[in-house]
Amino acid sequence: MAPIGTLHYLVVAAALFILGVIGVLTRRNVVIVLMSIELILNAVNLNLVAFSRLWGLHGQVFAIFVITDAAAEAAVGLGILIAFFRNKETVNVDEVDLLKW
Amino acid sequence: MQQVVQPGMQPVATTFFFYFLSGLTLLSGVFVIIRKNPVHSALALIFGLLAQAGLYLMLYAPFVAGVQIILYAGGIMVLFLFVIMLVNIERSQREEQFNKQWVVGLLAAVALGALFVVVYVKGKALFPYRIAQPIESSNTQQIGVMLYGQYMFAFEIASLLLLVAIIGAVVMAKKRI
Repeated sequence: MAPIGTLHYLVVAAALFILGVIGVLTRRNVVIVLMSIELILNAVNLNLVAFSRLWGLHGQVFAIFVITDAAAEAAVGLGILIAFFRNKETVNVDEVDLLKW
Repeated sequence: MQQVVQPGMQPVATTFFFYFLSGLTLLSGVFVIIRKNPVHSALALIFGLLAQAGLYLMLYAPFVAGVQIILYAGGIMVLFLFVIMLVNIERSQREEQFNKQWVVGLLAAVALGALFVVVYVKGKALFPYRIAQPIESSNTQQIGVMLYGQYMFAFEIASLLLLVAIIGAVVMAKKRI
């Protein structure tokens, strides 16, 4: 087996990204869509940290900021979900159509 | 391929740990998007985040690994589980779980996969094959110096962002404003 270089980590991150995109596009439950978005953010973080091993610590600092951002976005997204659920009593993405013409 | 040997402990069984941890991460990613019960998905995601913290440790990033475990697996996922418990999820588990857009999902996956392959083949010069072993004993100190020196502005903006997110989430989840 080849020694583990940066490309191996990049391939794992790409696969995680693709899994997150498939989850966002095909699931109907809003909570699972939000969790797939977290998968995408984690794939990006893995990319950043894998490159930061070669090019300095900037990647890791950026990864910390991405994690902070993900926390804020998850909080706001789940607040929206709770507010919506209180009105419509469903967590189905297809039924978020109050503004539809 | 040159190998820089740092004083201290040497990595052991790198190949096994990489394939094991990345296999765990990808498997839990698959479980996140497959499972019908959202609690199962959340638990699978926690597992994947912990395995990814192990990958960060292999990449000589102990501070990011610690932040991942404490913040991501211990904060954000707990928030997800709280909201799953608050929202009455029983009825949605009996409905259809996957919408009819599997063609779009497959197309997007294939397009992204092709894009990644092209980028990684063409950009091979950006990640040379040497194995770099940065010093990890002063990793936290160096990140602290960078956060409070070079990235001070981004640090303050991030704290402002968190304040706005807290206020927004509290206001939106209240029953009467």
